[in-house]
Amino acid sequence: MPHAVSSSPEQDASANVEDSYMTDAPAAPAEEAEKASNTTDSQPLPTNGATSTLESMFDDDDDDDDDEFSSSAPTKPDEGSQDQPQAQPTSKPKYSSPDILRQFYQRLFPFRWLFQWLNHSATPQPDFQNREFAFVLPGGAYIRYQSFMTADLFRKQCIQMTPERFEVGPQYSVNPRDRKQLRKASAFKPIMKELVFDIDMTDYDPIRTCCSGAAICNKCWQFIIMAVKVVDAALREDFGFQHILWVYSGRRGAHAWISDKRAREMDDTKRRALANYLVLTMGNEQGKRAGIKRPLHPHLDRSLKILNPYFQDTVLADQDPWHSPERAEKLLQLLPDKGLTTALQKKWDSTPDRSSNQKWADIDTAAEAGNLTTLSAKQLVDAKQDIRLEYTYPRLDAEVSKKLNHLLKSPFVVHPGTGRVCVPIDTRTLEDFDPLTVPTVTDLLREIDEWDQNHGSMSDEERAKVQDWQKTSLKGYVEYFRGYVAGLLKEESKGSKRGREEEAQGGAESMEF
Amino acid sequence: MLAVTSAPRIDAKKRAVLDARKRQFAKATWEAEAYPHRLNFYLTPPTGDIALEQFEEWAIARLKVLAELEACPFRNRSPAETEEYMKPVLEKYMRLSSNASRSSEVDAERKRDHYSHWTLRLAFSSTADLRQRFARLEAQLFRLRMQWDDARERRAFIDSLAMSWETVSEEEKAQWRTELKAATRVWGDEEESWFKVAWENVPELVERRQCLLKRGVAYVHVREQSSMVVNEFSRQLESGLELAARFLPRMDEDNRLSPILHHLSQSFVAPDAGYSESSSIGDITTPTAASVDGLSQHFPLCMQNLHRELRKNSHLKHYGRLQYTLFLKGIGLSLQECIVFWRKSFKLIADDKFKSEYLYNIRHSYGDVGGDANRRGRGYTPYSCQKLLTEAPPSSGQPHGCPYRTYAPDNLISLLQNVGVTDRQLLQGVREDVGKQRFHIACNRVFEHAHSGQIKKVKEESLWPASELDTILHPNTYFKRSFLLKNLGKVQAGDLGVDGPGTQRSGDVERMEM
Ligand SMILES: [Zn+2]
Repeated sequence: MPHAVSSSPEQDASANVEDSYMTDAPAAPAEEAEKASNTTDSQPLPTNGATSTLESMFDDDDDDDDDEFSSSAPTKPDEGSQDQPQAQPTSKPKYSSPDILRQFYQRLFPFRWLFQWLNHSATPQPDFQNREFAFVLPGGAYIRYQSFMTADLFRKQCIQMTPERFEVGPQYSVNPRDRKQLRKASAFKPIMKELVFDIDMTDYDPIRTCCSGAAICNKCWQFIIMAVKVVDAALREDFGFQHILWVYSGRRGAHAWISDKRAREMDDTKRRALANYLVLTMGNEQGKRAGIKRPLHPHLDRSLKILNPYFQDTVLADQDPWHSPERAEKLLQLLPDKGLTTALQKKWDSTPDRSSNQKWADIDTAAEAGNLTTLSAKQLVDAKQDIRLEYTYPRLDAEVSKKLNHLLKSPFVVHPGTGRVCVPIDTRTLEDFDPLTVPTVTDLLREIDEWDQNHGSMSDEERAKVQDWQKTSLKGYVEYFRGYVAGLLKEESKGSKRGREEEAQGGAESMEF
Repeated sequence: MLAVTSAPRIDAKKRAVLDARKRQFAKATWEAEAYPHRLNFYLTPPTGDIALEQFEEWAIARLKVLAELEACPFRNRSPAETEEYMKPVLEKYMRLSSNASRSSEVDAERKRDHYSHWTLRLAFSSTADLRQRFARLEAQLFRLRMQWDDARERRAFIDSLAMSWETVSEEEKAQWRTELKAATRVWGDEEESWFKVAWENVPELVERRQCLLKRGVAYVHVREQSSMVVNEFSRQLESGLELAARFLPRMDEDNRLSPILHHLSQSFVAPDAGYSESSSIGDITTPTAASVDGLSQHFPLCMQNLHRELRKNSHLKHYGRLQYTLFLKGIGLSLQECIVFWRKSFKLIADDKFKSEYLYNIRHSYGDVGGDANRRGRGYTPYSCQKLLTEAPPSSGQPHGCPYRTYAPDNLISLLQNVGVTDRQLLQGVREDVGKQRFHIACNRVFEHAHSGQIKKVKEESLWPASELDTILHPNTYFKRSFLLKNLGKVQAGDLGVDGPGTQRSGDVERMEM
């Protein structure tokens, strides 16, 4: 998947060298960047005769990764803060109408808790005040480097501009709105952001059979559950993180936001290291794979233990990924033993309707019958383990995690395509989370009306105590978020007390080697 | 990172900067300079007074070492070969004795090492490119020295670093043995000892899943310790260089060191090499105006190019003429022969015009006329690679300077092909060198390819001391070495040369000072 990537905000040549694998990109979300490059690279915007191509390019909003992208440095501070798209998607669903969004921000969006979550305190800090927000406006305009002194000012701008979504970026060294006043562009640099992860169902297209592209169902949602479990376990057990917020991305994936101070302060080197620790390089289409070393690293060993039950049910039974002869070919490619694959091919040719479960069992049967030519029994066990990993291990969109200045769609915004709210996922009841029943913005507004109708007899005084979000199915999600944020703030206040003490004692000396 | 506490960020950072700046540059009289270890992290700047000449001399010696080190990978030396090659270089320019040696020079050597590091640190902090190259080479140098260090002294040094690592206890080992071994890939009877650090200290091990992680603590096998020390050395040096870069502009204002530092940083573009009389082949054979054509096969590209342009146009403009004349003087062409050479080459020019416009300049180059009396003794010195690489580039179409620098890559490649350098891999290497602005390395690469057979023979039969094959930094060195290599058999057998027996000839070759 293409990513809008950014140059580092430092103008420093050395930083550019280190980041030389990154290319400059327009300050635009991935989808805009992608469309822009589509139009400039392959098809100059047609003025006539090619309308259908143009439309087909823009109407499928879903194929674009629509909720994360990285920020771009203000190399020329006068440019890049506003980016007018060249064309509009043909028709925006009703969810993005300014009227609905205004009501949503006015009545439902939990600004207070979002503020505290990003601010790490109840009183405004640079953590929030110098943080970049980027707005995608209903017209499609994209506005970068928004920042707000208080939660209320933030809320006011949302109500006024009715962004169809907004992204959260890093805290910068200075207020993003003041960046143009700096004498040196390099003085404007990102200094802190939550560690984030993005798991997107499209990365599972090679192994899922139930849906493809933007679609999801409860069968393939299981892959997201599996990924959340594995990543969450590694973040907690291996890295010791405790403040991990999982959020439904509104359509077909999930995001993680890790707010531990140690995670927020990671530079790009550490972010990249951590992301790559979690990423398992899978075989490519040709089935050629980078060998997974044995004995398995404890992280992979633990992951397999988590994933093994899902292999039988979610993969073999639900997805039945090797049912057809063409798909079975993929399995054979993953078995590096000619004798074995010949025997299996023969068997499956004569009984073509065998299920994936049966075919998986056939491997051992064929091996026991003496068909192994190059692999030892132990190597076959490893090869089968590799296959299990390939079909169950999380497929992270790791680029999102590697850069401090990458922006990611905020929790609780409305997904413009589905209308669903990007609600947090409570990992204690992870298996119960059903993305298909997550409320849409129109559901919620209707629920408010229904509640008001049903409580017509209530006194005005009583009624005023109930906030609008409490009248809706958003209630549980907001309450979960509120509790989560309270836990974070509690930890943070302990930390800052400790920090002040250390500062008083150690001072600058402790910074040195 | 080692002891960086996470105090509230912005304030703490600011303070650290100020503090470190103070430490780097203040005249710290409070610290007596003692060097208990052979290895040094160079965390504190030198505080003693030294003479300006020493300051420069020590730095130049270190520069020589770094330049040789930098050339190694470009010359396709394996790590083992690099180590082998660098040992005598270090021994010669920057010897560092162990404590065990009980050498009386220990402190002086370590002082030189300390001072020269800091001199170069200042000299190379000015641009990001120089900082990066310097940090990389210093880290390589540090790594080499650490490898060579006596095991016990190395251990003492590492212990002195106060890096925040903790040994994994026997109880913990027993508890996690399987995981520890799987994560750190310990096989057979490899040592079962590990230490613990915050995972942020070993991102590269985390990235490759080569350590065990437990709640943010990385369990690392002891074999990784030295690379961690080197990484830490790099990190400290890189941030030190950043600080120095910010401080440098203030030092420029009133400082005797500035010109020296500037010169040193220029030297890093291509280390300077003085012209040596022994680059002439006058003691072997007598070059004449008529033999220049034949000898030009041994010329480096810069001079071959001038020669070709001269033959093509029967003319060369002033700077090209000057560069070429000095080079010809350097190979041993006498003034008389040189005049003949130019007279014949400028065949479209009438005699009186030649006399009035060109003759004077040739004689001037040879020190025959003009200038002050001192200078006249020798005339101008033939240009070194550094001179060619750092002077203002020629205006377009002019063939002087160093073609590796002045030609666009595609034009450079055609030029090389025109002079018979056609090996694709070699040209690719040249392209990469030039892309990285390693112009003299590209030139050396071409040289080594053209003379690979002879160089192999010289090495295998130990005909020359190793220092006679080090990186070429002067066009005249290029010529002389090419000439000697291509005439290897003859020079040794005494077939070349006009006087004296053959044995003396080969003796001359061996005495050749560069
Ligand atoms: Zn599905």
